[in-house]
Amino acid sequence: MTSAANVVPATTDGDLDSRWIEASHLEKVYRPRKSAPTHALSDVSFAARRGEFVSIVGPSGCGKTTLLKILAGLIPYTDGETRIAGNRVSGPDKGVGMVFQAATLLPWRTILENVMVPVEIQKLDRKSHEVRARALLELVGLDGFENKYPGELSGGMQQRAGICRALVHDPAVLLLDEPFGALDAMTREYMNLELLRIWQESRKTAILVTHSIPEAVFLSDRVIVMTPRPGRIAEIIDIDLPRPRELRMMASDDAGVYVERIRAYFNSAGVID
Amino acid sequence: MTTQTVVPPGAGQRQPLAAPRRRSLIPDLHERPEFALVPIVFVVVMAAWEFVPGWIGVDEFVLPRPSQIVKIFFNQLGEAAFWHNLWVTVQEAGVGFVIAVVVAVLIGTAVAQITLLERTVLPYVVAFQSVPKVALAPMFVVWFGFGLASKIVMATIIAFFPILINVIAGLKSADNDKIEMLTSFGASRFQVFRMARFPSALPYIFAGLQSGVVFSILGAIVGEYIGAQEGLGYQLMQANYRFDIPAMFAVLIVLSIMGMIAHGVVKLAQRKFVFWSGDESKRGT
Repeated sequence: MTSAANVVPATTDGDLDSRWIEASHLEKVYRPRKSAPTHALSDVSFAARRGEFVSIVGPSGCGKTTLLKILAGLIPYTDGETRIAGNRVSGPDKGVGMVFQAATLLPWRTILENVMVPVEIQKLDRKSHEVRARALLELVGLDGFENKYPGELSGGMQQRAGICRALVHDPAVLLLDEPFGALDAMTREYMNLELLRIWQESRKTAILVTHSIPEAVFLSDRVIVMTPRPGRIAEIIDIDLPRPRELRMMASDDAGVYVERIRAYFNSAGVID
Repeated sequence: MTTQTVVPPGAGQRQPLAAPRRRSLIPDLHERPEFALVPIVFVVVMAAWEFVPGWIGVDEFVLPRPSQIVKIFFNQLGEAAFWHNLWVTVQEAGVGFVIAVVVAVLIGTAVAQITLLERTVLPYVVAFQSVPKVALAPMFVVWFGFGLASKIVMATIIAFFPILINVIAGLKSADNDKIEMLTSFGASRFQVFRMARFPSALPYIFAGLQSGVVFSILGAIVGEYIGAQEGLGYQLMQANYRFDIPAMFAVLIVLSIMGMIAHGVVKLAQRKFVFWSGDESKRGT
């Protein structure tokens, strides 16, 4: 499961691992033609270590999805700078794998063909990556579903296939945009465990956007708390819970303290998500 | 048609594969009453048509009885001239349809992909679409002669617009989530077209083909009405000149069967190529 990452570091500076993903003084202003401009992000600076799991939480409209899409190179930013593995982000990067709110599988492709989409786009070696795709599907418990079509799978299974797709080209960075928001609570909890397991095996640097505070605390090494309009970072909280994490840790006092501390920001902003 | 809906909570627990219901040879009439109703309606209408006109004094010469029409229909199957006429009309409609498909897909793709072209061309498309194209048939005969060409042009023109409109609408129907997903993995414009836009357009394109194929037969027949020496439209007009109304009905039956077969072939192709479409609208992937 560990072949060389696609991203080649621009510098060999040993410090790079400590700021594998880096945003400095990021600004984003939307300027729609017919209405007033919106200041979506203001002075957002943070760095994620290589292999770290970072979550971004905040109420609706705090620009957390905007931030993630900027990191993915999907939308341009107005000012500041963002780098992944030392390379300035100026468009979609082949070393990034993204998981979306909806699974966004292509209904005319089988599950295996869906997982192979990044391989096809990036014209990577089909044979070796198909082996990898099958191994990933097995890892998420979808072996036997390779030749089924997305319409034959449940929402949770589709989202797991979406995660495999984000990992198949062995990206250095995994970006997750509220991937479990559409799932019911039971499936969601299960998917959190699943994601944790995949992350532990692959050791990707992961950035997760979520509106669930317990989910962020459970999964992350650090949680970035954002406030709305313009989106700013209120605090970056280290989650000092032991790993590997188990669901019952969420009932512990430590976890509860983190959850309450983050919720306090939401309450003070007057928006409870 | 392909509106995306957010998967509702609880979707994760849905059973992925329902066991297929066992099919019995005798259809369950409680569930599919149409299996009985459609034949019953047919028999009732035919019986009424056979006897009622006689009772109320409508002349057989004006409205022939179904039994007469069926007799003539089977008689004409033994005539070489009928088969020749059928073959001519099939060619006109078929070639006209194929040309319409190719041109509509090419122009539709260009228009949907190039905004400037869309803005320039679309007003003309809309304006031309509102022209009653059947009215053009006499001119086509002047321009392209009494042979196959004028009928093929007529079939093409009539079949072209529903296909073009659907190609354009279909190519614009690809949802942004899919395009964004492909873009995030570094897809080029062409890759996005090939992997998302074109497959998303297929359900629309096939809807266009379904009306287009029937329109192409209409176009061929209208062309033949204006001026021809062969073809089913010609045969129908000849019967008209002889006041042979049963023979006209017999041609009509052939044309209906032709239309149904053409429609069925397109539908079959659609099921093969757009197999996912039902699933998507149900679940909203």
